[in-house]
This record gives sequence, C-alpha cells and structure tokens, in this order.
Amino acid sequence: MQRALVPRDAPRTQEETRESARSADRTLGALGAGAAGALALVLIGVAASVVHLAWPSIRENGASFWIGATWDPARGAYGALSFLFGTVVTAAVALLLAVPVGLGVAVFLTDLGPKTMRRPVSALVELLAAVPSVVYGLWAALVLAPLLRDWIEPLLGATGLPIFRGPYLGVGLLCASLVLAIMVLPTIAAVTRDVLGAVPSELREGALALGATPWDVVRFVVVPHARRGVAGAVLLGLGRAVGETMAVAAVVGSRADVSSSLFAPGYTMASVIANEFPTASTELHVSALAEVGVMLFLVTVAFNVAARVLVRSRAR
Amino acid sequence: MTSNELEAVYAGRKLGDRVARGLASAAVLLALLPLVAVFLWIAGRGVRALSPAFFVEPIGARGAGMANAIAGTVQLVVFASLMAIPLGIAGGLYLAETRAAPLSRAVRFGTDILAGVPSILVGVVVYAVIVVQMKHFSAFAGATALAIVMLPLVMRTTDIVARTVPDSLREAALALGASRWRTAIFVVLRTAAPGIRSGCMLAVARVCGETAPLLFTAYNNRFWSESLLDPTASLQVQIFTYTMTPRDDWHAQAWAAALVLVTFVVVLNVAARRLVRAAEGSASA
Amino acid sequence: MPFPLYTRWAAEYSGARVNYQPLGSGAGVRQVSDGVVDFGATDEPMSDAQLKEARADLVHVPMTIGAVVIAFNVAGVSELRLTPDVIADVFRGTIAKWDDPRLAGANPGVALPAADIAVVHRADGSGTSAAFTAYLAKSSEGWRAEIGAGAMPRFPVGVGVRGNDGVTAYVKATPCSIGYVELAYARQSHLAVAHVRNRAGKWMTPDLDSLDRAARSALGRVPPDLRVSIVDAEDDGAYPIAALSFLVLPRDARERARAEALSRFVWWALHDGQRYAAELDYAPLPPEIVTRAEVVVRGLRAEGRPL
Repeated sequence: MQRALVPRDAPRTQEETRESARSADRTLGALGAGAAGALALVLIGVAASVVHLAWPSIRENGASFWIGATWDPARGAYGALSFLFGTVVTAAVALLLAVPVGLGVAVFLTDLGPKTMRRPVSALVELLAAVPSVVYGLWAALVLAPLLRDWIEPLLGATGLPIFRGPYLGVGLLCASLVLAIMVLPTIAAVTRDVLGAVPSELREGALALGATPWDVVRFVVVPHARRGVAGAVLLGLGRAVGETMAVAAVVGSRADVSSSLFAPGYTMASVIANEFPTASTELHVSALAEVGVMLFLVTVAFNVAARVLVRSRAR
Repeated sequence: MTSNELEAVYAGRKLGDRVARGLASAAVLLALLPLVAVFLWIAGRGVRALSPAFFVEPIGARGAGMANAIAGTVQLVVFASLMAIPLGIAGGLYLAETRAAPLSRAVRFGTDILAGVPSILVGVVVYAVIVVQMKHFSAFAGATALAIVMLPLVMRTTDIVARTVPDSLREAALALGASRWRTAIFVVLRTAAPGIRSGCMLAVARVCGETAPLLFTAYNNRFWSESLLDPTASLQVQIFTYTMTPRDDWHAQAWAAALVLVTFVVVLNVAARRLVRAAEGSASA
Repeated sequence: MPFPLYTRWAAEYSGARVNYQPLGSGAGVRQVSDGVVDFGATDEPMSDAQLKEARADLVHVPMTIGAVVIAFNVAGVSELRLTPDVIADVFRGTIAKWDDPRLAGANPGVALPAADIAVVHRADGSGTSAAFTAYLAKSSEGWRAEIGAGAMPRFPVGVGVRGNDGVTAYVKATPCSIGYVELAYARQSHLAVAHVRNRAGKWMTPDLDSLDRAARSALGRVPPDLRVSIVDAEDDGAYPIAALSFLVLPRDARERARAEALSRFVWWALHDGQRYAAELDYAPLPPEIVTRAEVVVRGLRAEGRPL
C-alpha cells in the first residue's frame, strides 16, 4: 500500500520538480480551505435564508410575535409564545427525568459498574442513541400514548396535583416529554461518561489509597472535578430536546396553547414547523413559521455554544 | 474513636457505596427499558409484516410493499454521502492541519453550531432555496438536505481524528522532502483513515433515520421514482405517514420498516465500532 | 380531500402515473401556486383573496362530492344526533361533557357518560377543515364570531392530528372522543357517525342521495369559475356538511407534456372515473356540473398555447 511520498518523474530537473510540487501543494491547500469554507457558507446560508424567509413576518408582526400567545393563521394572528412555552416545558420535564438517570448510567460506566458490564452497557446506550427519532415516534404514538392514557395518567391524576389535570388523552406535553427524555438520555450519558472518564486516574487512585469507597471517589473527587463538563452534557441534551421534531410531532397533541397541566396537548417550535409548513396557505403564514424557525435557531445555537464551551474547557 | 465507632463509620460508607452502585445499576436498567421495548415491538409486530412483497412491491395503491421506499432511502443516503463525505474529509483535514489559525477555529466552531441546528430547519431552507427554484420536490433536494446534516459530522470527526496523528509522523514525512499537503494526504489521512471511516459510517447511520429534512424536500412518492429530479419515497417518511393511520396492516408495515431501518443503523454502528477497536488493537500491537 | 378516490383513480387510470399525496389542501393550493406540484385539491373553493395571492392563475375543477362526518367513540353509543349549534359548541369547548343537557336533550334514551369530551381536529391545513368550518360559520353565529372558516382554523380545545387518517386513528383509539373526517375514512374504520340536523330540520347521515341533493340544490348559483360551496344546502333531503372536491390547477401550465397528461387524466376522471365514486363513499357529480367542468378543462393551456 505504500506509495512514494516524493514524485519521481525522472526527466525533470530538481528545480522544476520542486516548483511543481510547491504549486501542487498550494492547490491542495486551497482545496482544503475551500472545503472548510464551504461549511461556513452552508451555515451562513442556512441562517440567512431562514431570516430572509421570516422577514415579512418580522416586519409585519414585530414584537407581538414574541409576546403573543394567539396563533390563528386563518385570522392573521401570529403569536408564537405557546410554541416557546411548549418547547421549554417538554425539554425541562425531559431533562428532569433524563439527567438523574443519565448521570447514573455515566458513573456506572466509569466508576461504579462491574468492569465486565461496562463495555456492553456502553454499546447498548449508544444503540439507544442510534435509533432514529421517527421510530421512537412510531413507538410513542402506538404504544406509549395508549399506556399513558389508560394507566399512567389516571394514576398521576389521582394525586390531584395541578400539573396533572384534565382529560386523559395519552398524547400531550407529558407524552412528548417522556419521548424526549428517552431520546436525550443517551446524549447525556455518553457525554458525561467521556467527561468523567477524562478525570485523571491519579486523582481516583489517590482517593482510593486513602480508603475512599468508589462512591466516595465519585462524590468527592470525580464529579466536583468534572462539574463544568457535566453541565455541558446537560446543555447538549437540552439542545437536542429543543430541536427534536418527528417523535414530538407524533405525540405532542399539536395545539398552540399555554396550559398549566402536563396532560394538555401543546406544541413545540420544531413540531409546528413540521406540521404547518407544508400546508401553510398564505405568504405571511409561511413567513411566520420561518420566524418560529429563527426562534428555534437562536435557542439551539445558544445551548450548543454554551455546551461546547463547557465540555471543551474540561475535556482537554 | 473506639474501634466500634470506626467499624460503624466503615459500615455506613460501605452501605452508601452499595446503595450508590444499586442506584447506578437501576439507572442502567431504566435507560435500557425503552430500547428493549422498542426492539420488542419491532420484533413482535414488524417481523410478521416482512414478506417478499415488502421488499419487492412499491407502496402503490394497495400499500403492500416498501420496495420503493427502501430504494429511496438508499438513493438519498448515497447521494448525500457523495456530496458530504469528500467535502467533509477535505475540510476536516484542513482544519486539523491548520489547527490554530483563526479561520480554522471559526470554522471548527461553525461545525459545532451547524451540527446543533435542528434538521427541520435544514428542510425549510432547502425547500425555499432548491425546491421552489427547481419547481419540483426531488430526491436531489432531499439528498442535499441530508448532506447538510452530514457535513459538520464528517468534518468534525475528520478534524478530531486527524489531530490525534502524532506530529512525529508529519515531521518524518516533511524531512523526507514531502510537501505539506502531500504529507497531510498521504501520511495524516492514511494514518487517521480507520477513525475517519468509522466517523463517516456513524454519520451515514445518523442520516438514514433523518426524517424532518425530507418532509418538504424529497417529499414522498407512491411509485418508483425515475430520476433524481422526481420526488421519492423513503422508509423514514413512510414510517411517519403510516404512524398516523387507523389501519393495523399499515401499522405493521411501519413496524417492519422500522425493523429494516434500525437493523441497518445498528449494523453500521457496530461495524464502525469494530473498525475503531481493530485500529486501536493494531496500533497498540 | 378525497384521497381514497383519487388513489383509486390513479390506480385505474392507465394513461399516466399520478403521484397523489394526502398532504392537506392548504399545501396543495400553495404548492400549485409555487409551481412545485402540478395540481392540488381542496374541498372548499379558494377565496378571492387566496386566488389573488397565488403566484399563478388557478382554476377549479370539481371532481366529486364528499361528506364530512362527525365521528365519535363512546362505549355503548352508536346513534347520536347533533344540531349545528351543538357541534359548534362541542368543537368550541363550550360543551365539555358528554352528558351536557344540550347533548342529552337531542338524544333522549341514549346513555351518554359523564365524561369529558376529547375533541380531535386537524393540525395541518385541510379542505376537510375548510368545509367543516364553512358549514359551522354558516349555521352557528357563535362559531362565525369566534372562529370563522378556513383551512387551518384555530380550535380553542382538543387535540390536533395530521390528516384524515390521523384524526380517524385517534378517534378510533380514544374513548369519549369526537372528530370530523371524510365519510370514507369513518366507514373504513367502522367509526360511529352522528346524524346531523339539516336546514329543514331533518336528521341526516350522508349517502348517495343526500349528497346528490346537496349538490343539485346549488346548481342555480354555480358561478362561471365553478367556485361554489354546497354546505348547509336548502334541500330538505340534503346532508348539510357536503362539499364539492375540486382539483386546483394552473390555467397555463409550465410543461406541456405534463399538462396534457394531466388534462387527459382529469377528463377521464370526470367521465369514466365517476363510477368508482359510490363504492368509496363519494357521490358522482350531477351531469350538469360535469358539463360545466368540461368547459374549464377545455380552456386549459400550457406554455401559453391551448392544449
């Protein structure tokens, strides 16, 4: 497989060879720079086209878009607050459920689990991340939602808590939150595992030598050391929860509304675009959906940037 | 402290350790529950719907098969890969070789941002830029959307893997008279190849399941699509379509399609992992 | 939008392949105007404002007569009578329980449960919604004032689902639910369908005759561009939530070959295709309307020249 590193086109003089090598080198470098630049162009292009598409709505709706909760395309009312609300609620509930479990999985993989179990569990968690979101959507709509409607929601409803009120519909904010929890869990677990794994082993060994149990090591050494990275992992999960579309669209209940109950149907920014963009019939409606896209873009970029900063600064 | 008190402290800490281990194990079981559930349903419902017709007949009027959707997914992913992988590898290599340059840092940051952009937005943009301009939903538009999702993944992996190639190798090549970018291609890229290959496989696996960017780009098609400029069916979109139907036979088809899709994704994932492990093994040997 | 019938037509017609997707009519209509698809479909004609906003000069061709039915899923209840006001108030949320006196009043002897009504509506833009809300806006003042008519109305209560298929699936799966779908979908999934009181005060369910009479009662007021709504018809034997299903196409298409194929398909569907309507729970067009539609199809052009 080894090929000559230096071209051996014999008849040329050394000077010619060197010159052609130099110009070939410049060309290759330029190609690489061009490829890297293409990514920048794509990113800028995506951001610019969403804003461009949203422009009529930004001009027409102004601030009422960001503070209004009434979304009524038929009458030209475009308040996107309920989508922001639904996105925040489902993502928050999903994290509330996924973070403890995800952290548990991560410390199982780095410190507490039996050594022989770590590799297979790690592989399974990554499989969990690999299942396409549309498959989770299928499962959530046909299996999870009926389960919620017939068993779990009546149980929760019996607690009388105000966040568990209303008819048992199966689909709704709660169902969407559960699916999201399942989908962000592997992200949180895998990134946390990497961050915890990057904690220097001398620290662990030192603590163990002083008589600490593995749990003490996790509590007093590993987690404090990796705090920022763990926060980054959670933010990455949040970014994924906010942008998730298909599984949520299948079970969120698709209604632009702000409700205090998790049983109620709701809407998220991503799922309203999936549902309404293809069937929007006026320019302003299309544009308003693109503005929801701008909103979504800003939120996910903010989370991802913050997460990268936290994870990077620690993991290296 | 008496030895009894010490014993008590030790016992308490041991108990704490055991409880923590128990909780961690419980977390693992809880986390794997949905995976098991999804696989059970896929196996229970999907396998029965897998018949020869599933792989041979198009969706068509009777809704018996998925052949054109399978072909559509393959077609979309292949064309997306053709667009994204060469570009991503070239760009990633460039980033790795000019690692600290301001442009590289900016682009590297860009890969992180683009990787975090929800794919539904990519669909919206491709609809506005390609579909409306070309006046057709098309496999080409769908593949482009998938390529945009893939590009930052490939570029980032290449960058990361190429940066782990030891500088001593680069220096050796340069000392032999190889130019800088020849070194990058023939030494760095070749050394990093297994990692890059596995990263590409993971990127392919990821876009196999991407549905949101296809909704208004590749759209759907009940028939075989004849060219890249025709709208095309895909397993992903068809699963979503069948999810929202009242018919049990269509649900079964959706489970079967999920089985095919998940199998494919899992195989790619496992293969990618094997590849990395094999490379690590040979490197340490 | 009569997806089952259009699918059948596409299967029976040998002249060309018609890739018809049930995307919701709002979609079809905008995408025809964007030029992204060759034709769209809707159950309520586009408004003047919509036509004006469209980027292409669009024509309407009526293809068949469909019915929007109120499907429900209440254990032990197979017959339900609904007045227009009660339908409006259920879908507006003012009637929230199945044993509401106004529901019970119209249904003596029916054991309605003391449960919440789970309202199901469309989440995507749809001709079915357009026909349904056009009917409610015409027959209920409260609805007209609060919600109005359109392909994507804002429902104050309920769960939103994509497509006729989606609404049917959700009603079928959810106890104590109610939703509106095209007749064919309710029939195919064996959902119970409500009797709706028409203008003359009769309790009607859709069938060939009641749909035909709804269409015929509108014959006198069909405008030249054929955009006519047949909801809430005067005829005492008419089903009130009936709709003409239109194809929406550009008057002057971009690609000649495709336009020719499409116009042949439409011609075939208007004539030979009508016989498939009844078995799929749609009603064939009255000959008077077919004649009017022929005129529109003959007037289609492509690349600036007649076909």
